[in-house]
Amino acid sequence: MRHKNYFVLVFFALLALWPLFAGSYGADLVAKIMIYALLALSLELLVGSTGLVCFGQAAFFGIGAYSAILLAPSDSSAPLVWWSLLCAIAPAALYALLVGALSLRTQGVYFIMVTLAFSQMAYYVVHDTPLGGGTDGIYLYVKPAWGWLNLDNSTHLYGMIWLSLLVSFLFLSQLLRSPFGRALAGIRVNEQRMKAIGFSVYPYKLTAFTLSGAIAGWAGYLFAIKDGYVNPELLSWHLSGSVLVMIILGGLGYMRGALLGAFAFALLQELFQAEAVFGIYAKHWHLFLGLTIMTCVGFMPHGLVALPTLLRERLFGAGNPEDLVQPLEEQV
Amino acid sequence: MDLATFLIQCLNSVQYGLLLFLVASGLTLIFGIMGVINLAHGSFYMIGAYMAFALAPIVSTIFGGAFFSALAVGLVLSVILGYVLEWAFFSYLYEREHLQQVLMTYGLILVFEELRSILVGDEVHGVTVPEWLNGTLPLNDVMTYPVYRLFMSGVCLLLAAVMWIVITRTRLGMMIRAGTSNREMVQSLGIDITLLYRIVFAIGVALAVFAGMIAAPVSSVYPGMGNSVLIICFVVVVIGGIGSIKGALIAAMLIGLVDTFGKVLLPQAAGVLVYVLMALILLWRPNGIFKN
Repeated sequence: MRHKNYFVLVFFALLALWPLFAGSYGADLVAKIMIYALLALSLELLVGSTGLVCFGQAAFFGIGAYSAILLAPSDSSAPLVWWSLLCAIAPAALYALLVGALSLRTQGVYFIMVTLAFSQMAYYVVHDTPLGGGTDGIYLYVKPAWGWLNLDNSTHLYGMIWLSLLVSFLFLSQLLRSPFGRALAGIRVNEQRMKAIGFSVYPYKLTAFTLSGAIAGWAGYLFAIKDGYVNPELLSWHLSGSVLVMIILGGLGYMRGALLGAFAFALLQELFQAEAVFGIYAKHWHLFLGLTIMTCVGFMPHGLVALPTLLRERLFGAGNPEDLVQPLEEQV
Repeated sequence: MDLATFLIQCLNSVQYGLLLFLVASGLTLIFGIMGVINLAHGSFYMIGAYMAFALAPIVSTIFGGAFFSALAVGLVLSVILGYVLEWAFFSYLYEREHLQQVLMTYGLILVFEELRSILVGDEVHGVTVPEWLNGTLPLNDVMTYPVYRLFMSGVCLLLAAVMWIVITRTRLGMMIRAGTSNREMVQSLGIDITLLYRIVFAIGVALAVFAGMIAAPVSSVYPGMGNSVLIICFVVVVIGGIGSIKGALIAAMLIGLVDTFGKVLLPQAAGVLVYVLMALILLWRPNGIFKN
């Protein structure tokens, strides 16, 4: 087992044990961060693994969150967990299929902008029409349950979020090792060459896009259940931007980079918002966040994942050459 | 819709389109020549609007004529700001990947917004214009049109014309055009690319700041005003084709038209229309209208 596998094992074990030590605030915070980590994983599949920079991930997240509430039964009975999960994931995946089918015709910066355009469309539909309560948003009154599992209970919900993150992480890691994942890596490195050796790249990209949308919808579902409230800001481009920041901060091209990035980003936010540390400047926490992001990108261009290697290099000179971070093009 | 309403909406859409063009032309130049995705461009627009508000009381005591002297001083300051920012920050971004540029300039947005909040505060402010621009023109018995909006359109048109002359008729324009089509070739012909970048960046910043300053009396000055402009300007740049000034002009006018008439004819769908337009155009021409 490589050291990175230990890292993931310890990481998930710590997350599972966390509610035993932390109070309700701490557990709630980590539950929220895990949801963002799930969203970051979904984007990592596109940006880091396939090389498709999607700037509209929030749309799928928001659609998942809204569908979880809109498709709940109108009487006051609790919806079944698996049924409501399906109701949230299916619309997000469908929208991703539609957006992907159209936007994958474009490339580069144009692709970034088309995905942004489609997510803005979803945003304005929710924002300007009475469908989802407009700018006021809507509430979820009865949380889903199934057998002994009741998501109204915060421990159950924490377990559900933890399990969702673990399952998606293992699934995506396995997927990237499969022939399908290899093909995605090939597309990231050199799409022309993949075409030349006879791959039809479009179906691969579209599958990855739809899958990513489905996972983002899953994250949105968990968010809606956790907060019991959704508003159009869940679909705004600010969230898409933040998730992009998370995965770049963590280190592109690595699934665990998405986890690290989500935690680092959210914990930095918490730190800078803490009045105990920053006093009156806690109100201006964006300033410190912005400066930190700029410093991190400036000095750690490969993200947090590469930090141990970078430190080892600085302190002891280049050690084991296999540990050196290779440029993205070479890690197939 | 009667004739007077139609005329008013036409004037509004032209004015909005030209304003977008001022911001987007700088963005498309920086994008096309330096290859930098500058998310902080919207912040320059915001800075401009706040300059119009904050400089007016200061400069009017020195030069008099609050609005116009604020415009002039703001313009000078913005050129300096652009030049210094390029030297101190953006020149380090050219060699980086696009995603890292996105991240760095995203960080810059946060810094600019918070500095604005610390220096000026979070309130919404209005900016007053000189008396002679404050009137309205009667269109028919009940409808009038504010003179200041006409003045805005006029100034924007003038600037667009100046830009057209600079880009098509001068040596600097030749270098800029050459820079958008082949950067390495320009460098190998012995043109000082560092200086060219700095000038182009300063021009881009000055255009965005100027747009913010003249828009301030109409849109008022409020936190986060840069972000909404930023996204719509990226739409303009992408529809027009990256690096194409002509494309930016046509795309900006198109968006002004669609947005203004959308708000009147289809108020429920007004926000979506611009993005539908963009998606349609990019599906028709995946590299924008004016990109080969």
